Amino acid sequence: MDIVVCVKQIPDPADPGELDPATNTLKRDMKLIMDESDSYGVEMALQLRDAAGEGEVTLVSMAPHEEVNGLRSALAMGADKAILVSDETLAGTDALGTARVLAAAIGRAQADLILAATESSDGYTGTVPEQVAELLGLPSVTFAKEIQAESGEVLVKRQTEAGYDEVRCPLPAVVSVTAGVVEPRYPSFKGIMAAKSKPMDQVGISDLGISADQVGWAGGGQEITDVSPAPEREAGEIITDEGDAHERIIALLEELRIV
Amino acid sequence: MGTIWVYAEASGGKVASISLELLTRARELADTVEAVVGGDGEALAAELGAHGATTVHATGDLGDGLAGPAVASAMATAIEGGAAPDAVLFGTTYDGRDVAGRLSVKLGAPVITNVVELEQGDGSLVGTEPVFGGTVNVSTRFSGSGVGLFLVRPKSFAAEESGGGPAAVAALPVPDLGATGAARVVDRFAEEASGPKLDEAGIVVSGGRGLGEAEKYSMIEDLAKLLGGAAGASRAIVDAGWVPYSHQVGQTGKVVKPDVYVACGISGATQHMVGMKGSKNIIAINKDAEAPIFGIADLGVVGDVHKVVPKLIEALQARG
Repeated sequence: MDIVVCVKQIPDPADPGELDPATNTLKRDMKLIMDESDSYGVEMALQLRDAAGEGEVTLVSMAPHEEVNGLRSALAMGADKAILVSDETLAGTDALGTARVLAAAIGRAQADLILAATESSDGYTGTVPEQVAELLGLPSVTFAKEIQAESGEVLVKRQTEAGYDEVRCPLPAVVSVTAGVVEPRYPSFKGIMAAKSKPMDQVGISDLGISADQVGWAGGGQEITDVSPAPEREAGEIITDEGDAHERIIALLEELRIV
Repeated sequence: MGTIWVYAEASGGKVASISLELLTRARELADTVEAVVGGDGEALAAELGAHGATTVHATGDLGDGLAGPAVASAMATAIEGGAAPDAVLFGTTYDGRDVAGRLSVKLGAPVITNVVELEQGDGSLVGTEPVFGGTVNVSTRFSGSGVGLFLVRPKSFAAEESGGGPAAVAALPVPDLGATGAARVVDRFAEEASGPKLDEAGIVVSGGRGLGEAEKYSMIEDLAKLLGGAAGASRAIVDAGWVPYSHQVGQTGKVVKPDVYVACGISGATQHMVGMKGSKNIIAINKDAEAPIFGIADLGVVGDVHKVVPKLIEALQARG
């Protein structure tokens, strides 16, 4: 089973980013890491590949300045190879532009199944997997908590408001994976060493038949009208528990007529 | 502004609160508000009409198909055929994102996402989105001339009735979906039958990493139940697999605005705070006095959740 996993490389969430004052888009000139949200899709792909006993896991990523750090992490986990679309013109690209680039790159790999996270940890638009599916003319199942592969199709447990739906979907298909549903493996030392020599195919947007006016901030068809600080919420009373803090909580709940 | 479409979702014959919120805001912004339903329109026409929709465009029963490709194709076909809403509003829900994503590709139009405020700008709608954990608001509008697509966060607006009569039902045919419509729902499972929904509850009790282990989450559920509320969770313990994603409160997860939010063992990562800082009253229990959650709490208790929460449960049980 050949699987493509979309992987986003983002600034370390522990070190919050900032907006470029000139363009009002996120600055991404620091070292990037693999979005933790994507580690679940990578893990699921590895499990499906290993269960099938054949096939390859190919990572597909897009970054403005040849960043491979996050891809190396996923290769170290056990993915077989990576395609990186890197092009200066990609800076500021929105979700639809990103989906166009990813869909074109996925077209270069042979894939039975395309996995992605439900949303990234930095942009969290949550629309890219479905946009990729539509661009490729494929069926899709979003918010998967479990994927089982059977002959030529997948059986997916899809998160719903009430619980989950069991969805049967023929391959090829796009499935987005919810965070926390599998335990992503830690790369072994051997895996880290092996990752350095795994194939990394770097392409520009012209290699994918995409023109510069379809991507970047200008290709997005949006304009920012205002950027302003959000109103702050004030801190209230802080007490230290001396064994009776629950009484203070109950007093507040009484005051609010909750109890 | 002329016409706004609202993608309306429903379950069990009742329109989802997010959809009623969107209809309420839409009628303040547009001359005409119409609903789009992936399913039967007749059953929902009265409730949609009472919240401002004059027409409900309904696909009819989708059977075991998913909403995303079917509703997006039906909308795109209607728009290409001359129906020209100025904007379409979707809730940030499982199906809302699917439909918006597919429609965006069909129309070649971007989606403005995570919107918490919608205003009439100079000739077009402007959507405001919080970034960096809700510390900065960014307002965006479309520079093109096509239909504006907005994914709006639940609880951004209050739902109010307009006093309108039932909406007229119009058929919105679903064209042949080809391969895109091949996914089939074979079974549906309900996980949470009791208690209020997380994003509609008046009281939310959430647990975080400070609980120490998955088994301790039961005390969060017990406290939520005693208060007649819903149980939530921080992303950390959802990612750790202690509780399902459906409990997650935060930027990636549910946005809640209850009367009372009780954060237990949650330090207050920005990603969590953006999902709950709109709560009317916030009570936080955490052993670290420096935890960021105390910066927004109305009542902060510096203490051990394993001591404070059981005592709280015991005292509430004693009151009966």
